[in-house]
Amino acid sequence: MKVEGKRRIWKDYQKEIAGDNYFYVRSCVRQNFFPGSEKTFLRILQDELHKDIFENPSHTTCSGIGYHSDIVPFETTMTMIARQFALMTEAGYKNLATSCITSFGLYTEILETWHHFPDVEERIREHLKNATGREFKVPENLSHASDIIYKFRNEIADKGKYRLINHVTGKPLRGVEHIGCHYSKMFPAKGIGGAEYPYVLTGMIEEWGGEVIDYPERRHCCGFGFRQYLIQANRGYSIACSKKKFDSMRPYKPDFILTNCPGCPMFLDRWQYVISEMEGITYGENGFGIPVLTYEELAGLILGYNPWDLGLQVHQIPVEPLLDKIGILYDRSSKFLGKDGKFLGKPESPAYIKFS
Amino acid sequence: MGHLYEKLTKDVRFVEGLKACLNCGTCTAICPAAAFYNYQPRIIVDILQSHDDEKIEALLKSETIWYCGECMSCVTRCPRGNAPGLLITALRSLSQESGYFVESEKGRQQLAIKRTVGEWILEYGYCLFPANILPELHPEQGPIWQWEHTNIEAVMERLGANYRQTGPGILRKIPRDALDEIRKIFDETGGTSRFEKIEEFSRKKADELGINLDESLNCDYIRHIYRVNEIDHTRSL
Repeated sequence: MKVEGKRRIWKDYQKEIAGDNYFYVRSCVRQNFFPGSEKTFLRILQDELHKDIFENPSHTTCSGIGYHSDIVPFETTMTMIARQFALMTEAGYKNLATSCITSFGLYTEILETWHHFPDVEERIREHLKNATGREFKVPENLSHASDIIYKFRNEIADKGKYRLINHVTGKPLRGVEHIGCHYSKMFPAKGIGGAEYPYVLTGMIEEWGGEVIDYPERRHCCGFGFRQYLIQANRGYSIACSKKKFDSMRPYKPDFILTNCPGCPMFLDRWQYVISEMEGITYGENGFGIPVLTYEELAGLILGYNPWDLGLQVHQIPVEPLLDKIGILYDRSSKFLGKDGKFLGKPESPAYIKFS
Repeated sequence: MGHLYEKLTKDVRFVEGLKACLNCGTCTAICPAAAFYNYQPRIIVDILQSHDDEKIEALLKSETIWYCGECMSCVTRCPRGNAPGLLITALRSLSQESGYFVESEKGRQQLAIKRTVGEWILEYGYCLFPANILPELHPEQGPIWQWEHTNIEAVMERLGANYRQTGPGILRKIPRDALDEIRKIFDETGGTSRFEKIEEFSRKKADELGINLDESLNCDYIRHIYRVNEIDHTRSL
């Protein structure tokens, strides 16, 4: 088959993704806001794909949010990451799998820095040895968790219970994909499909039966901007970036937004709520917002997992309109139950945007 | 070549980020910060390649260097291989090390980030921790976070976390010896020193401005830098 246009560009940027034996490092943002996604990632790898993935409880933050809000020096962050490499080396692993895009970008940047400036690597080795007594080897393979789900997208489709097809009309559901900036904007060769036409999420959507929408502000940042969100006085920047994207995608009527970065799904979810409160604008159908999902949440839905096991109840923008289009059977009454079945109360409904 | 420029050249990010800029403005065209703030990365790169120490000092004291969101969109598009976003990281580091950051409203905000994310890294081993993400400081998180925050242990248990427990898993309690190691890393690599400088320069500035700054997050100085824009930073349309 002759491959042309954007497909050809995607093909120019391929990377090797390890197929097994991963040392897993978690994400600060995802553990706080999307714990179900990290749980689902391990469930898919271990229970569905029977892969070996190991976590050392002593691994910590890479300090990336502190680094990119500039309170933590580069030297410190490099040594924090060198410590993660040491834990990987000590456990006998060579393939590092990161849950976080900020971490993935920093790990990539640091490995590139050490490649070009070997004296910096030597200095960091000394720092780590002095501070902890540890030594390390650099990973042979560095993959983001979305790379790994992309690699196994065919297997997930084969095992899947559902497809991204509107079960009433029979037509493919249409999604927009939002790639975390630090996935490949600095080092395009380290991301599937590069920086301009990343294929990592598009590949999942297409393999699982859906269609991807191209829209003008597809590559614009969600607006996290680190200090631009962390400080309340700066949050105008953050919401303005997300609004620019929503206004741009709105005419294409997406059924869902798919993301691969820890912060992006939170901001694209929460800012829809805030825009509705501030301006009475809603971007989805019938007064709802556009559901925003992580790639593990979408993979879990395809595999037929209970939406409330995936953590979809902690989204401010309800995902039920998407579940209904796919034809997923789920129990509405168990959305806000604890593990023991106890009702935890229902969150207050927003003033404008529909919540149920 | 002045001493500030020379200091910048010791930062590997500066060496990587500045080749030669032709002032085409592509970075400004693609920049999310330039769409919102009165900000042009093109001008920053041009000042840096002028090697002019007076202008660099003014930059280090300015609001401008704090507008970038470090998304690095500029890096992808620069036709000459420059990285304005990386240059910003080098400038912000020097601004804090030299104490110039307290001369700008946006720069002074660094203390609030140090007192939250910075302290949480050392205390919990995470940049963020749910107990500290208070709904009253985060109205944008909506009623869903209010619900989750109220029921945090039950929600985390439902979603398979190992919240504040030993062993592996989501939001596990990171072992004491691991926290001791990261504190030693901060001591060894300049992280602790950076924190101390942020505190010290902020205290002097608070005295100069006559605003109360104590150890708490609720003191007048922290509340002010966290919440208030005294000047308009946004781009004129």
